Amino acid sequence: MMNFNAVFMYLTGMDLGTFLQHLTNGISLGSLYALVAIGYTMVYGTLRLINFAHGDVFMMTTYFAFYGVSTFMMPWYVSFILAIILTGALGMLLEKWAYRPLRDAPKISIMISAIGASFLLENLAVVLFGGRPKAFPSVKILTDSIQLGSVSIQKLTFVIPIVTVIFLVGLLYLINHTKTGMAMRAVAKDYETAGIMGVNVNLTISQTFAIGSMLAAVGAIMWGLKFPQIAPLMGVMPGLKAFIAAVIGGIGNIKGAVIGGFILGIGEIMIVGFLPSLSGYRDAFAFIFLIVILLFKPTGITGEKIAEKV
Amino acid sequence: MKQKKTLLTLIAILILFVFVFIADQTLDSYKMRILNLCAIYVILGLSMNLINGFTGLFSLGHAGFMAVGAYTTAILTMPDIVKTQNFFMTPMMKPLDTLHVPFFLALLAGGILAGVVGYLIGAPALRLRGDYLAIATLGFAEIIRVVFTNTQSITNGALGLKGIPVSTNIWWTFGLALVTVLIIGSLINSSYGRAFKAIREDEIAAESMGINLFKHKVIAFTIGAFFAGIGGGLLGSLLGTIDPLMFRFFLTFNVLLIIILGGMGSITGTIISAIIITIGGEALRFLDESMTIGSLVIPGISGMRMVVFSALLMIVVIFFNHGIMGTKEFTWDGLFAKFAKKPLAKGGNKQ
Amino acid sequence: MKKVASIFVSALLVGALIATGCGTKTESPSATTGSSASGDVIKIGVFEPMTGANAAGGALEVEGIKLANKLYPEVLGKKVELVLVDNKSDKVEASSAASRLVEKEKVSAIIGSWGSSLSMAAGDIVKKAQVPTVAASATNPLVTQNNDFYFRVCFIDPFQGKVMANYAFSKLNAKRVAIVQEISSDYSIGLSKFFTDSFKELTGDQNAIVGVANYNTGDQDFSAQLTNLKAKNPDVIFAPGNFTESSLLIKQARQLGIKVPIIGGDTWEVPEFISVGQEAVEGAIFSTFFTSEKPITPESEKFLAEYRKANPGVEPAAVTALGYDAYIVILDAIKRANSADSIKIKEQLAVTKDFAGAAGMITLDKNGDAVKDAVIKQVKNGKFTYLDIVKAK
Repeated sequence: MMNFNAVFMYLTGMDLGTFLQHLTNGISLGSLYALVAIGYTMVYGTLRLINFAHGDVFMMTTYFAFYGVSTFMMPWYVSFILAIILTGALGMLLEKWAYRPLRDAPKISIMISAIGASFLLENLAVVLFGGRPKAFPSVKILTDSIQLGSVSIQKLTFVIPIVTVIFLVGLLYLINHTKTGMAMRAVAKDYETAGIMGVNVNLTISQTFAIGSMLAAVGAIMWGLKFPQIAPLMGVMPGLKAFIAAVIGGIGNIKGAVIGGFILGIGEIMIVGFLPSLSGYRDAFAFIFLIVILLFKPTGITGEKIAEKV
Repeated sequence: MKQKKTLLTLIAILILFVFVFIADQTLDSYKMRILNLCAIYVILGLSMNLINGFTGLFSLGHAGFMAVGAYTTAILTMPDIVKTQNFFMTPMMKPLDTLHVPFFLALLAGGILAGVVGYLIGAPALRLRGDYLAIATLGFAEIIRVVFTNTQSITNGALGLKGIPVSTNIWWTFGLALVTVLIIGSLINSSYGRAFKAIREDEIAAESMGINLFKHKVIAFTIGAFFAGIGGGLLGSLLGTIDPLMFRFFLTFNVLLIIILGGMGSITGTIISAIIITIGGEALRFLDESMTIGSLVIPGISGMRMVVFSALLMIVVIFFNHGIMGTKEFTWDGLFAKFAKKPLAKGGNKQ
Repeated sequence: MKKVASIFVSALLVGALIATGCGTKTESPSATTGSSASGDVIKIGVFEPMTGANAAGGALEVEGIKLANKLYPEVLGKKVELVLVDNKSDKVEASSAASRLVEKEKVSAIIGSWGSSLSMAAGDIVKKAQVPTVAASATNPLVTQNNDFYFRVCFIDPFQGKVMANYAFSKLNAKRVAIVQEISSDYSIGLSKFFTDSFKELTGDQNAIVGVANYNTGDQDFSAQLTNLKAKNPDVIFAPGNFTESSLLIKQARQLGIKVPIIGGDTWEVPEFISVGQEAVEGAIFSTFFTSEKPITPESEKFLAEYRKANPGVEPAAVTALGYDAYIVILDAIKRANSADSIKIKEQLAVTKDFAGAAGMITLDKNGDAVKDAVIKQVKNGKFTYLDIVKAK
């Protein structure tokens, strides 16, 4: 073992313990990205719409959960579940007010509306909740650390990937094996034809948004437990990172989003790990990654070619 | 008829200069600052409208181009002694520390550099379309900001630059805004402009008509970036201080709001809405302040103004998606037609 | 219907333009620079971030300014009116806001702003208009440089960096220090630079700083940076930065099993630092301006009594005391000038000496920077507790 460590250090300039710690950190961060990215990619897959406000819906969840515990004195699990449900409702409202009126408008209009919705939610949060950050309720049984050799791991690090996989499997089942899922796929292909064939298009899109937003909510709660500080602008970066993760995996592809999340999370951590002098550029890496993927493999690492509609 | 219109245009320009002269003589510096900001936002709005409105490329990289222009102008105009004071942590890179040129040249250099950056970004990114392009340009703008934060020996990093000579005055801003209007106006009405609009309306049809998509997109993008750089340079020189955090996505959002409200694809609309947004933004300050009605004091809610602005953007997009002017323009013909109440004889306001 | 509505809204917008635009143009111009009190009111502008990234700091400072205004509502027999403008944590807004205070509100003096870069955006404006401005907690040396009209009641980054380097070296017996800095914050990189210089000098070891890691404002995950530093085995970690990132950073450091002391700067002294960091920030050490446990001057006691009366069970933050000080320093200058003329106030402000403020004695040096003692505090049992005091000279 000692020998292996020395060889490893010679090859990488990093001792094995440190490397494993980086890997653990990367998996932990990556699984969070993955969880938020699933919701992102799902909405895109159905509507071909980049939901800029996804990160802000994510932010709202943490406030719902916060007020549930602090103002209404609910036990954390009740508050969290309620927050997830409320977020689903928020997602539906968002779709109804900001996106539905523009369904037949040029794509740019919807995107601008999405940007507007995103800013509106952020600024409403400033007005309603104040600009000062708040502490997210902590759940001791989930946030404690355990020590494995030289590697220190938060229990949450095991919980998040499990939650991610559960939701991934559930979602794949929903989409591929239920009637609702079939309607979603039909709407994604061509919503006008789907409407003619008897699919309730508005309901299906509403459901998509509700589920997508609830997935963001689950991600937000996990995020809040790991980084227990909430603020009106906290959703911006996670939202962008989740989007990048979704693009890496091939946007619209749910399994791809999970893979993309892990690639981005581990990649970000490893770049800082191996090139510490570049740590100030960390946020730029994610964008460079995004642009490289967009330019050379715009459909992502799992994506298939989409024919241009004329 | 044509001579008459040229004459009218010249008279309008003359009136503008008289207005600027009177404003310069009588208004206090707070109002002058707002007027200056109006003109700068006209430049920024037009530059973004050229890319987003006329050519239909949804780009969100404006803050990045402005940063390039602002930093170039600032670094080229700051006196040596101020540079030494600013760079008290990491000395400035040679030969930048002793380099300076007159304001106009610095501004031009800022614009050109922003244009070059625009070209370098555009050449690969413009192969993307729609929302992908938007995200990629947003990403580039963020990368520029992160790079500026980290290159301390050139930009002074997070410390920012202070003591930039305040060369911007109302003659510069209004003069350059006018130049921008004239240049972009004649560009739009040239064969290039018609190609831009064709690309906006339908890329595939435009391509089959023999328009070189890539070339025209890159031209629009580079020129847009150039004027964004000029606008950024003016802004930096008006404020006297810049730092990387200034060039966040929020700045792009402000300009986007202007072109949406004014109408994507209208020069006149952009001018009107740049003025409305800038003055309106100041006028709406009362929303953040506490109000006293009789003996009742309503405490101000900080941030209310931004709620109004973002709601406005959504309302315009959802209910009035053509903005104030749509793709229409104010023209002398249109004005005559209005007064003559005759059917339109010539182009003008026909849409 | 839609068309009618669209015409209506357009008309409304154009109407708004005309109303505001013309309003701007026709208001009577004022040519004079500087300003003076009109009637029985002396106006003092308050220029602070009430929204955006710096809102928390801005709110704390305003708290202190308002408290001081409540205690001292009058000077020279005239009522003092505070005019609060939000600079939105944004430079463009900040310059417009400052310009508004100077031109439209015609204030005699200005207080603000939290955040050095925002203060710098106002620098040229107040200099040109000749309105004296007192920053409460802007610690970047550039703020007052080359500007006769900018003052501050706090010490500057070089001093604070030196204080912490001294503390780490002599009290914590550190030989090897690792630094985590917020690369996009002028405050953070300023402090780490001055810390580095002093610490190298103290130890005589050019390699005394064993590692430097960077992060950006708004980052939430620091695990990669911290894991790198852990491998370097430092005696102490110096992590100057805003409390928002720092509390998460310290929490993650403890989760990664980093047990060495973590030290920082004055921005940590905010209740949220503890409520977010909880038991992880226990033992965190930082320098600040003021402690409520050891009232330094009679004014401190007065401030504390009033603050505790208004906020039962809450101890004031240092920046609140500094906001309070900025206000009373201006009032003192007005009193000595016996006038609300801004140039006379500036002259008197410049010679402020041994003035008893809530956060210690204030003497302004030739740059307009306060020369004062630093207080070292530590988080103990979920509270900021006094540890030591470091004399200015």
